[in-house]
Amino acid sequence: MRVYFTLLRRELGCYFMSVTGYVLIASVLLMLGLSLIDVLTKLNSDPTELPLTEIFYYSFYFWMIMLLTAPVITMRTFALEKFSGTYETLMTAPVSDLQVVLAKFSGALIFFLITWIPLLVYLGILQYYTDLNAPTLSGSLIANTLLGIFLIGSVYMSLGCFASALTSSQIIAAAVSYGLGLALFLVSLRSTVSMPGKSWQDKLFAHLSMTDHMREFAHGEIDSRWVIYFISFTIFFLFLTLRVVESRRWK
Amino acid sequence: MIETMIEVSHLTKRYAGHKAISDISFTVARGQIVGLLGPNGAGKSTTMRILSCFLPASSGSAIVAGHDVFREANEVRRRIGYMPENNPLPLDMRVREYLKFRARLKGLSRPNSRERVAIVIDQCGLSDVGNKVIGHLSKGYRQRVGLADALVHQPELIILDEPTIGLDPNQIRSVRQLIKDLGKQHTVLISTHILPEVEMTCSRVIILHKGRILAADSTENLQRKIFQGGPVIAEISAPLAELIECWAALEMIQNTDISPIDGDYHRCSLTPQNGVDLRPIVFEQVRQHGWTLRELTRDKHSLEEIFVKVTRGDKEEEEQL
Repeated sequence: MRVYFTLLRRELGCYFMSVTGYVLIASVLLMLGLSLIDVLTKLNSDPTELPLTEIFYYSFYFWMIMLLTAPVITMRTFALEKFSGTYETLMTAPVSDLQVVLAKFSGALIFFLITWIPLLVYLGILQYYTDLNAPTLSGSLIANTLLGIFLIGSVYMSLGCFASALTSSQIIAAAVSYGLGLALFLVSLRSTVSMPGKSWQDKLFAHLSMTDHMREFAHGEIDSRWVIYFISFTIFFLFLTLRVVESRRWK
Repeated sequence: MIETMIEVSHLTKRYAGHKAISDISFTVARGQIVGLLGPNGAGKSTTMRILSCFLPASSGSAIVAGHDVFREANEVRRRIGYMPENNPLPLDMRVREYLKFRARLKGLSRPNSRERVAIVIDQCGLSDVGNKVIGHLSKGYRQRVGLADALVHQPELIILDEPTIGLDPNQIRSVRQLIKDLGKQHTVLISTHILPEVEMTCSRVIILHKGRILAADSTENLQRKIFQGGPVIAEISAPLAELIECWAALEMIQNTDISPIDGDYHRCSLTPQNGVDLRPIVFEQVRQHGWTLRELTRDKHSLEEIFVKVTRGDKEEEEQL
């Protein structure tokens, strides 16, 4: 555990010691700010019964943030260490592969969640000035939305770590994780855009759809199936990452 | 207390298609400073990477400090300090911060790591730059940071891959001195392609070439073998005829090559008959004849020369086959 926390601290330190970290925070802040403008425009134009968090989710910036920041956050995790050679000093220290993978993943995830803090501030501001109450805005709604962001964030971070572990070039890592992430998103979009039908394909896509599940989270519904779906997705990619890291020592 | 620090037997490492090292065996006793010597691509780094548990061997076994490098990798890692080739460091961290991070990573408790970091910073002469960012340091200081990292957890074995590469002569001297000092308390394995470096720091040498061990011996024995039969160079001020006559009279001189240089001086290159050290003989002659001697030296074979010879031999063998 001590090793894990030492590594985690180093990982988080990396984000805050490089310009990239601050550029990421600033760009997420910008996109969240733009989505706040969207929300305010919508609230001013017509009456709505949707929860505030769902209106936030409907602004097109939500997935922008997911798709664009995740590759940039995770691209350095393994690729940079391999490129600079510090991977060798890291892996010859008495640390296990699992500790390294988990520390890198959770470091990325924590940083990702930090970039979302402005959303909480915005929701707080809206709450303060509008006196909105349940069912439009409540603690549980916010908690649900955050859970959704956390789960989808884990999926994207694990995917990004996997891509980064494959290569020693940050550009390739970012491109691979962006490609995989986009593909996942487009698969999700299918059932959201087209009318859900009764065929087994439609059902399958409805199950896979992260966009649908996230809308439900933002709407205040928690379906344990989707929680398990996201968690197993994350574990699957972390497992793949671990295998890639271990593969160095395969005979 | 195990007396054998490294025991390598029949170690082979294949990379797609070719063998980086093939069937090498050697042992290193506790407390020795051993040099792995060889030209680039001889398999030095591969051997070190296997010993430090970074890469697995294709076949054969290696036991470091009583533990198998493949099966008990973490036990081995705890007992070694390894500095890879080119000494990779995170350039964004400060020296003290980095060493603390490494100490903690290697399992030292917080107070213990603080104490050890202070000791290695002092030991490696890093006190002036402890709070500087590694990326801003000169190459010599970075090398010391790498050494400090290798030392911080008091490992039984220190493995340094080309520790003096890319340093200026003063820095090389100080790093070598540091390695020598380390040898008093630790077992050290260093790799290099510079022969004098091995002569100066190591008590034993293992010469690698094309993934095979050419020779493994103590430094003195190896020096004798390598320098045996090497020509002696003498710069003497004397008439040419007298010189020719004098050298021809000595039967232990097999081959003579005299060329005039400036003034009355001649440069005599004398090859001995069967490994005799000609230097005292030459000096005796100079004294008897009353000549002036301004330089007397044994032509040192450079490692490169030796390897050129060896590889040429290989090729001829292959052609014959």
